Amino acid sequence: MSRKITRRKFIVGTAAGTAAATFNFPAPAIAQAAPFKLGLLTVKTGPLAQGGIQMEQGIVTFLKEKNYTFAGRKVEFISADTGGSPAGTKTKAQELIERDKVDTIVGPLAAFELLAITDYIAQQKTPCLSLAAAEDLTQRRPNPYFLRASATSSQAMHPMADFAAKELKLKRMITISEDFAFGYEQMGGFQQTFEDNGGRIVNKLWPPIVTPDYTPYLAQIEGVDGVCQGFAGSNPLRFMKQYAAAGLKYPVVTGETGGDDALLRSFGDEALGMYSCCPYTLDLNTDTNKRFVAAMNKDYGVDPGFYCAGLYVNGMVVEAGLQKTSGKSDDKTEFMKAMKSVSLTDTPRGPIKFDNFGNVIGDFYVRHLEKANGKFINKTVKVYHNVSQFWTYDEKKFLEQPVYSRNYPPLKS
Amino acid sequence: MSGRVFALGVAFVALVTLPYWMTGVYYINVASQILFYAIFALALNVLVGYAGLVSLGHAGLFGVTAYATGYMLQLGFGHPMAILVALVISLISVAIYAVLSLRSTGIGFIMITLALGEILWGLAYRWISLTGGDNGLSLKTRPEPFGYSLSDATAFYYATLVIFLLSLAAVTVFVRSPLGAALMGTRDQARRMSALGYHVWAIRFYACLFSGLLTAVSAILFVYYTQFISPQTLGLTSSAEVLLMVISGGAGTLLGPIFGAGLVVIVKTVVSGFIERWNFLLGAIFVAIVILMPEGLAPGTARLWRLARRKRARSSKAIPGSAEAKP
Amino acid sequence: MTFWLVLTANSITFGGLLFLLSAGFSLIFGLMRIPNLTHGSLFMLGAYIGATFVIGMLGVKMNFWLAAVLATLTVAFLGALAERMLLRRLPGDQLAQVLVTLGLSFMAADFCLLVWGGDPLSVATPPELAGFARLGVLVFPNYRLAIIVIAVIVAIGLWLLLDRTRLGAMIRAGVDDPDMARVVGVRVSQLFTIVFALGAGLAAFAGIIGGPILSVYPGLDQDMLPLALVVVILGGSGSLLGSFVGSIIVGFIYNFGQALLPELAYFVLFFPMLLVLLLRPQGLFGRHVP
Repeated sequence: MSRKITRRKFIVGTAAGTAAATFNFPAPAIAQAAPFKLGLLTVKTGPLAQGGIQMEQGIVTFLKEKNYTFAGRKVEFISADTGGSPAGTKTKAQELIERDKVDTIVGPLAAFELLAITDYIAQQKTPCLSLAAAEDLTQRRPNPYFLRASATSSQAMHPMADFAAKELKLKRMITISEDFAFGYEQMGGFQQTFEDNGGRIVNKLWPPIVTPDYTPYLAQIEGVDGVCQGFAGSNPLRFMKQYAAAGLKYPVVTGETGGDDALLRSFGDEALGMYSCCPYTLDLNTDTNKRFVAAMNKDYGVDPGFYCAGLYVNGMVVEAGLQKTSGKSDDKTEFMKAMKSVSLTDTPRGPIKFDNFGNVIGDFYVRHLEKANGKFINKTVKVYHNVSQFWTYDEKKFLEQPVYSRNYPPLKS
Repeated sequence: MSGRVFALGVAFVALVTLPYWMTGVYYINVASQILFYAIFALALNVLVGYAGLVSLGHAGLFGVTAYATGYMLQLGFGHPMAILVALVISLISVAIYAVLSLRSTGIGFIMITLALGEILWGLAYRWISLTGGDNGLSLKTRPEPFGYSLSDATAFYYATLVIFLLSLAAVTVFVRSPLGAALMGTRDQARRMSALGYHVWAIRFYACLFSGLLTAVSAILFVYYTQFISPQTLGLTSSAEVLLMVISGGAGTLLGPIFGAGLVVIVKTVVSGFIERWNFLLGAIFVAIVILMPEGLAPGTARLWRLARRKRARSSKAIPGSAEAKP
Repeated sequence: MTFWLVLTANSITFGGLLFLLSAGFSLIFGLMRIPNLTHGSLFMLGAYIGATFVIGMLGVKMNFWLAAVLATLTVAFLGALAERMLLRRLPGDQLAQVLVTLGLSFMAADFCLLVWGGDPLSVATPPELAGFARLGVLVFPNYRLAIIVIAVIVAIGLWLLLDRTRLGAMIRAGVDDPDMARVVGVRVSQLFTIVFALGAGLAAFAGIIGGPILSVYPGLDQDMLPLALVVVILGGSGSLLGSFVGSIIVGFIYNFGQALLPELAYFVLFFPMLLVLLLRPQGLFGRHVP
């Protein structure tokens, strides 16, 4: 469906873009009639395709609902496949910005893809809304043209740790996550809050991203009362299977990717009982969410997860921004300011607004994986309101400490 | 033969005037990419095509140079110093790489280079203090040789074109030189070469150094183009990709790798904008090349061109009224 | 104590899975001298096809073992097709073989993405092998123990085929001296098709057998291919014993290396591979130096 639009729109877009470049139209009044160009950087081939395909489904669902019109302006949607490599992302970003002359970019998917283009986007002053969780892009090395409506890597883990310590009354835990920045940042955040609440992280395990068999790590899990995992992509499925197969029965807590609602259709009984904290939850009772889930069921026959919802919400933010500027997007800085000041109450993920770094402040949901009517569901058991990327910590102090990494916070020996 | 010179002449003129007839900054950038990937493919072809040594770890060497450049810049050095140090580090790396890999030939060489490539990839991931891990390194600026800023796409394209032409000239000189001939000798008849008194190992070693130097040059262009380097660039997939450029274009030919680089870059960047299943298409093209032009795109196209010309010549020379003169 | 026991048991059983994965590759490479870089994709195809029938995606829900047989036969057929139509034209042209096998693997990977989408598929453990076995103080899943049994059965079967049957003798003759074999009346080309089909089928079988442990997802082919290469290098190509022993050794290196040297997790397989290549290029049991 989106492919047809892409090809047709691409040709129209290039023609319009070339025309606009050749005949400089400075007057805003004339430019307003021109369509608003929205570019998507996603991954549709290779191992990251799972999230990438869901991202496109999410944004297309929103566009369809709005009939491809934001604030009275027609929206042209252009989708680009980065191939999951940083060089590919840079090339496709250039394609969208220089050839297709997009007004705003949504995506890319992975943190390393975003890091490859962050300087370029800032230089080109193109607003970008991404799910990529790399913390420093809204903390120690902020990009003024970047907006994140989903969460930083640790934003969901702080409340998860709070829940684990206070509600589940866990005291000693082991963390296990993939050996890369997203894993470090998630587990670092969890560790900090868990230990602030009287818990203790006994060991931190880091299997490489490509680990077919987790048994060498699972064999080291003992002497604890809970496990925190932060796997992403299709790894949570394999991990939970092997976890159960290893006979481990400790309660498992995880973040947004480990308990993603989109994985509910793939999980088996081994995942029952897992707690996850996510900025989006399928069972959220807002009007928009009900519409969104219904549309996803109708068009794609699947339940949306965190990637779909994230892009849907990004679409909402872009539209709200355009409403604020009465449809004008020529002054990129003004448009960016308008989007940053957006505050919505009815979204698939509940109320959202942005902090001064461009990162979202919103509700986070702790869910429990159960079975209902033969289907797996994530049942919301607690909602944390107004969670920012800094949790309850003082912003200045938080920024002074180093970014969460493999060795920060260090293990208390 | 003059037809070939004419074609090359046209190509040269087209390349030099490219920014004037290629509409859009984006496509000029694509051209730059084709050119520096072509240098990378030419470098690998020195080993694969002319030495008969298939290296599946060349992306690792490529990455070493890119990281060295990025790291030197992060330490605060200027561009000339960073490039120089990167080239020196690359030469040392390729020397070690060659000493280890040349202990074997054939499949053994392939496997050793694969292992080395994977080890370099792993180092890029884990040596976080040096490489930034999977977050990678950003390069803030491009160099300004002789005062010309390369941040502009056209300027960067011309710089790349100049370096590409120099590299192509270097490879041509190498291949036509006695060392090149000796190298091809070791590819075809290693034992005989040895019996004739040639130091086979040394010849191959020098070929590796030359290949490594060219790889370093292409890596420097790459890292200044994308202004970013991460471990992905050193993986097995990247090594396989450049190998595919060489083989599909025509290993052991001068222009083959350029065709191969063009094919892969165009399908990956331009065609992927039109066709969602471009990966499938790329694989299908490779299979088609094996069926229709197993010697590669460049020699295959030349062969088909000659066939077509011969057919035309035959039909025009046919005696009127004979069976051959079919309209 | 259980830690060491679990690791040891898993080393052997993971080695069993590695044997099933690499036996096909070793066969094709050792006997036909073709580096079959499509091997990972064949593994993944077998896993996807098998999973389709185990889960019942086409409306047909099958017994696990039946699905495994179906997947094996389908992929073996595809392998035979690839050999007859493509690889047959390229005897000895290693570069072209690399190009065509990599090209096919791109096509296969994208095809799987198109048909089965990006979501991972969970393959349920066959119910008769669910649960745990208690061996003294060690508690270990039944299914993993079953894998080593399967691996041994397959190894014995292959050995009997190659060593004790006429077909096996013809295969070995065709490999040692194809021209001579043809003169004697051995249909070498037909044999190569059979061998390639056998190798492809083994890869697919490994894929579905590994399904309950590894699940099936895009990228499975790229994750598993390097493991097959490491086993074949360490054990030596063309040698069944080499594949088997190599698999077990790699199983041990993988498990103990990752558990005890987590800092070196990325290199734990490639360092030994490099050492073997430098010191003993034919591997432990290889017949010829590659």
